[in-house]
Amino acid sequence: MFEWSRDWPINGHRSESTLPNCSFYFFFFFSARCSLFRYVPEMTGHMRIYGGEHPNQQILSRIATNDGHGENSSYFDGWKAYENDPFHLTGNPKGVIQMGLAENQLSLDLIQDWLKKNPQASICTGEGVSEFEAIANFQDYHGLPTFRKVLISTRNAELQLLVLTVQAIAQFMEKVRGGRARFDPDRIVMSGGATGAQETIAFCLADPGEAFLIPTPYYPGFDRDFRWRTGVQLLPIHCHSSNKFKITQAALETAYRKARNSHVRVKGILVTNPSNPLGTTMDRETLRTLVSFVNEKRMHLVCDEIFSGTVFDKPRYVSVSEVIEDDPYCDRDLIHIAYSLSKDLGVPGFRVGVIYSYNDAVVSCARKMSSFGLVSTQTQHLLASMLGDEEFTTSFLATSRTRLCRRRRVFTEGLKRVGIHCLDGNAGLFCWMDLRPLLKEATVEAELRLWRVIINDVKLNISPGSSFHCSEPGWFRVCFANMDDTAMQIALSRIKKFVYRENDAAVQAKNKRRWDDALRLSLPRRFEDPTIMTPHLMSPHSPLVQAAT
Amino acid sequence: MVKGAESCVPLSEVATSNTHGEDSPYFAGWKAYDEDPYDAASNPAGVIQMGLAENQVSFDLLEKYLDQHPEASGWGCGISGFRENALFQDYHGLQAFRQEMATFMEQIREGRAKFDPERIVLTAGATAANELLTFILADPGDCLLIPTPYYPGFDRDLRWRTGVRIIPVHCSSSNGFQVTLQALEDAYVKAEGMKIRVRGLLLTNPSNPLGTATTGHVLEEVLDFVTQKDIHLISDEIYSGSVFSSDEFVSVAEIVEARGYKDCDRVHIVYSLSKDLGLPGFRVGAIYSYNDRVVTAARRMSSFTLVSSQTQRMLASMLADREFTETYLKTNRERLKKRHDFITEGLKNAGIECLPGNAGLFCWMNLAPLLEEPTKEGELRLWSLIVHEAKLNISPGSSCHCSEAGWFRVCFANMSQQTLEVALRRIKDFTENMKAKQEK
Repeated sequence: MFEWSRDWPINGHRSESTLPNCSFYFFFFFSARCSLFRYVPEMTGHMRIYGGEHPNQQILSRIATNDGHGENSSYFDGWKAYENDPFHLTGNPKGVIQMGLAENQLSLDLIQDWLKKNPQASICTGEGVSEFEAIANFQDYHGLPTFRKVLISTRNAELQLLVLTVQAIAQFMEKVRGGRARFDPDRIVMSGGATGAQETIAFCLADPGEAFLIPTPYYPGFDRDFRWRTGVQLLPIHCHSSNKFKITQAALETAYRKARNSHVRVKGILVTNPSNPLGTTMDRETLRTLVSFVNEKRMHLVCDEIFSGTVFDKPRYVSVSEVIEDDPYCDRDLIHIAYSLSKDLGVPGFRVGVIYSYNDAVVSCARKMSSFGLVSTQTQHLLASMLGDEEFTTSFLATSRTRLCRRRRVFTEGLKRVGIHCLDGNAGLFCWMDLRPLLKEATVEAELRLWRVIINDVKLNISPGSSFHCSEPGWFRVCFANMDDTAMQIALSRIKKFVYRENDAAVQAKNKRRWDDALRLSLPRRFEDPTIMTPHLMSPHSPLVQAAT
Repeated sequence: MVKGAESCVPLSEVATSNTHGEDSPYFAGWKAYDEDPYDAASNPAGVIQMGLAENQVSFDLLEKYLDQHPEASGWGCGISGFRENALFQDYHGLQAFRQEMATFMEQIREGRAKFDPERIVLTAGATAANELLTFILADPGDCLLIPTPYYPGFDRDLRWRTGVRIIPVHCSSSNGFQVTLQALEDAYVKAEGMKIRVRGLLLTNPSNPLGTATTGHVLEEVLDFVTQKDIHLISDEIYSGSVFSSDEFVSVAEIVEARGYKDCDRVHIVYSLSKDLGLPGFRVGAIYSYNDRVVTAARRMSSFTLVSSQTQRMLASMLADREFTETYLKTNRERLKKRHDFITEGLKNAGIECLPGNAGLFCWMNLAPLLEEPTKEGELRLWSLIVHEAKLNISPGSSCHCSEAGWFRVCFANMSQQTLEVALRRIKDFTENMKAKQEK
């Protein structure tokens, strides 16, 4: 299977890119903290895959052969299960339903309609060739260069188009924030998706070995985006369910002190607001705390606001841009925003990432780096057209929010009916689901065992909290905006069946042990559903008991 | 809230270094142009841009294609494909597009090499492809060998964020700047002497800035060299479709195949549609590697620089039209040759010799006779005169790390015929003035 060379470091790790089997993986990375995967730059020494008997073996770089790509995380294992057996209503109704992909598919029809009405944005006539001539030469009222000019793509036309595109994006970002913050188009740098934006920001702000603090739980992709090629570290700011995972001053101080004690230089804090995976927006107080903290400690604050357009419920969204607008003491050179159209508009394929920095030097550096991931002029042309249509963007945002709100409500209410609670959320494309009651023990191993059951038996790809570095086992992120209503109902019914099975199993296990008089025997009033009303004892771990207390 | 210490929080070393290379005269000339751009009607005395290697001689063919195939740029009449396309962010890339890229690359080489679509990794431009390969093949502090003169952008693309170094392989005009085994050895020994680990050799074929295709003989020597040293070979073939006579281009892929794919794990090809198809704005680059692990690593890394799915779809459609691509490639080559012959003739009239070229969007012009002194400073002084007096932005050889002073790269495909005529007149006037001054 794998061939070891004599100079394989004791605490090294595989450099083959094939799928691990879990036990193999844990053999190398198991530790008391048991984070599922850890990027430790100093471990990746000079490695050979084969021994001396292959004289012409090509050696790749450390970056190419380490695990920094992040694909060994359980976050992706579930995706693989889905890819091997994808749900399809008619073709494969028993397949795995993908609930691990935070995509916004609820409002693509609105964009399709707009495209039909605005063929000049992408030259799709829909009517016939004869109209093409007129359309191709059409120059709309924004002064947008025609698609023909874009195609020829002289440098001048490219620059002209870029100016219009960033203007349209700045406008859109203002609209998402209800006009409560202004965005200067000159501070916008586009990049290859938010993935490219985050990496570029890391390259600009930190050197290899330096660190950014990041509140847990956080999007696993950051481990790759922020760290892989940059060599920058991410150190957790632990957040807990006891206060709904809010970032506290104490947690910030603890994380900072820990880094300092390990002689790691902290260059900044990376937060996501609205949060992935929590689905919540940050309150003004917390944002002020963060801004204060970075000013005091002299470090950067990077806010990933990729879900800012998906805030569908109260409390209303507060962006860092709003907070610093009325803060004369904040050093704006420390504040940077990452954005993208992938979530709000639902167009991840178009690779539109945005870096917005209040720091001139960062804007300048990021702009130079954007050569490594510019947005296709064809796509810029489409966006500049579409986002320049204010009527469209206003109605799109409103409708999208309504649909997301409704979808989340349907989902969380369905979960509630079987006694599963989610963290209260008002944004994003997912819920943060509490399955702690279903864990046999409060450990990551138990969480992963439960997760494997959910993937393999219940056939739902949901994402385990440990892959988000959550310090409390038992939480799962479940995406709800990447499917239609039918698939949603099927997912809910599978969850229901699963919960009942778990309850029955727990009850049976209980029956084999001594009766515990302290157990509640009566059902809480709320649960009128006859199928739940069973005369059997409920395990103290039962979600129904949890929900009622 | 009290404001902290006055010192500003530092950015990274990468951000504050100047390895981005934009202080080079290569880019300074662009600035001169940006500030005073030539326009036949509105600014006839402005700077003519001859420092930008873009291909605009065949855009009418693209326009004609779009006129006849509006469905290529949209998502079909019912826009039913839109949703799927907008959501597509798989780093494997659109299968149909990869297939067409592979076929297009085969067409360019007239079937003399085969390309497997599964070995193609898409990136947002060749800039990203080259940087990506560098991240994969070398560690910070290691180096790549590159024959001089080379494209100035490499200083940024290959070194800036990767921390990898470039050691030049010096080529001389005595043999038309061809790479020799001796030069390769010298560079390798130099690196060893500096205790720098050599990870690979990067060759641009056809060459930028020389405008010449590498001969099969030299390629064989290069491949033997990298094999013997057990290092990688990156062949940047971005101008492969711009060789005036298609049979004059030998791709490293042909050599690899002729050798029965023996020991080809070390060979990687970079390509892009920016030059051959004249579509730089669409950001379509590709890495073709014979090494499975490189393909896998590159694919993962391409997450930072994926090609827009909208663009992949459109180009898959366009490239699938074989009639279009055959006609385009043939016509494009003819026009480039015509342009090339026109400018070299014009330069000859002005008493200027060019390196005999057979490819690319530029010529390699010898102005050594006009230098006050055969040094880099002398060259830059001459260059400054050309930019500010003759109002032509051309690229000085020193920015391409040429070891001989006096050579300049002049682009001829990024302007109209009329503008080229104006440029040639200015060159002639300039050289006549210079000669008159020299005689005094």
